[in-house]
Amino acid sequence: MAEYLYLFRGGGYQQLSPEQMQQHMGKWSTWIAELGKRGQFKAGDPLEEGGKQVRGRKKAVTDGPFAEAKDLVGGYLIVNAGSLDEAAELARGCPILEVDGGVEVRPIRKM
Amino acid sequence: MTQAVPRLVDHLFRHEAGRLSAALVRLLGPANLDLAEDVVQETLCHALEAWKLGRVPDNPAAWLRSAAKNRALDLVRRQRTRMRFAPDLAHAFASEQTLVPAVDAAFSEDALAEEQLRMMFACCDARLAPEAQVALVLKLLCGFGVGELAQAFLCSPVAMEKRLARGKAALRRSGTLAEVPGPQLQRRLEAVLDALYLLFNEGYHGAHAELAVRADLCAEAIRLGRLLAAHEATARPQTFALLALMCLHGARLPGRLDTAGVPIPLEEQDRALWDRALAREGAAWLARAGAEPPTALLLEAAIAAEHCFAPSFAETDWRAIVTLYDALLAQRTSPVVALNRAIALAQIEGPERGLAELRAIEGRERLARYPFYSAALGELLRRAGHRENAAEEFRRAVRLARSSAEKHYFRRKLAEVS
Repeated sequence: MAEYLYLFRGGGYQQLSPEQMQQHMGKWSTWIAELGKRGQFKAGDPLEEGGKQVRGRKKAVTDGPFAEAKDLVGGYLIVNAGSLDEAAELARGCPILEVDGGVEVRPIRKM
Repeated sequence: MTQAVPRLVDHLFRHEAGRLSAALVRLLGPANLDLAEDVVQETLCHALEAWKLGRVPDNPAAWLRSAAKNRALDLVRRQRTRMRFAPDLAHAFASEQTLVPAVDAAFSEDALAEEQLRMMFACCDARLAPEAQVALVLKLLCGFGVGELAQAFLCSPVAMEKRLARGKAALRRSGTLAEVPGPQLQRRLEAVLDALYLLFNEGYHGAHAELAVRADLCAEAIRLGRLLAAHEATARPQTFALLALMCLHGARLPGRLDTAGVPIPLEEQDRALWDRALAREGAAWLARAGAEPPTALLLEAAIAAEHCFAPSFAETDWRAIVTLYDALLAQRTSPVVALNRAIALAQIEGPERGLAELRAIEGRERLARYPFYSAALGELLRRAGHRENAAEEFRRAVRLARSSAEKHYFRRKLAEVS
């Protein structure tokens, strides 16, 4: 078993009705509960909008990120999976895919 | 961290959308209705983002209200010099000391109930067509999306958008929503009750075949009716009578249609499916609705109660039902009521008597294109043993049917006699 990081990018709910939002929420619950039941859920949090960027030798601090909505990271999850392929397969069940979002799957390097 | 995500109460988002809209329109003013709706949408989106990874607050409704409140505060602070919000709150919004309590107050439980009623009355503006009133109530108070409304009313989203736009324009023009107790309460309450009844009937009799949609509309009409019954100013006998009628009909909604949306005749319905709790609630409202002389709604509710609490079709107190129909007819001559009375009378005195009554209905020419008149004739002819004549009537009913569900229903009846 190794750990994998899911980065959730994009995905918008503006076009959904309240009832559709609640149904969508139910899908996330089911997906996360499913991961938990199999012992594959490790951690996860949503991220607030906005933040700061610290860059360069000058250590300049600016507001941001100001990426396009589809590229913004809105949350992360750490899962246990046997392989990168398995982690990617699990990510295919993520409801964010239904609202034009995506999941970036990255193996976590362990020392 | 737990992954066991608590299930949200059914329709929480939709119902809270209605409550938040009412509070936000109160604060931002009807002129900023669109802005209020945007704030609601953003609040719900934000909740979804925050909760979807498994961290749902213990009290989701309170979380939503607090989030909407903060958005409203931000908005007023940023825009108060540039925008006009609720005119009667302009003074309170001018200083920070009065702004926060004013915003807090609009989200208190009492204020939310009050504001929903004001919104309900405003949506039922007499200058709007009844269909527009109902659409507006469902959009603003019940949190339905345009797509869902279009689906429920079997029209295109564009047509629904237009229907709503006219109503919203009228709301925007009103500087503030009228107080509920206010002048002409009686007349305005009647308009609101009419709209709720229309909403309920859309669910109960509407052309939509899908059970879930129908049940949702009926449940919303009952929910809003309860809101009226709970408020001092609108807790009137006619409110209780409508609520009683809706509960007593609503209680029999499960079991009324088959899976294809075709009505099941009363005598064949599985009474075990009926919602007993809702029936009891209906009976309680009926007891509180007493009026002398009884109103038409009250009599209709009493008839519904007779059916609701009868242990079986055969054990129904048809005599009591005929008496109630007589009282109803004494108030207003209605061929449809006379038709129902004749059917009930036939249960006591036999099909021949029922047929004679049907053929003697005053104003029956108005029933010439009413498929249930032909179907009633057909049914009684069948029971009297005149199968061929019965078949003829059922064929006429099939021709006159106004929806495919009705057509199916009459075809089944026809099949029984051919």
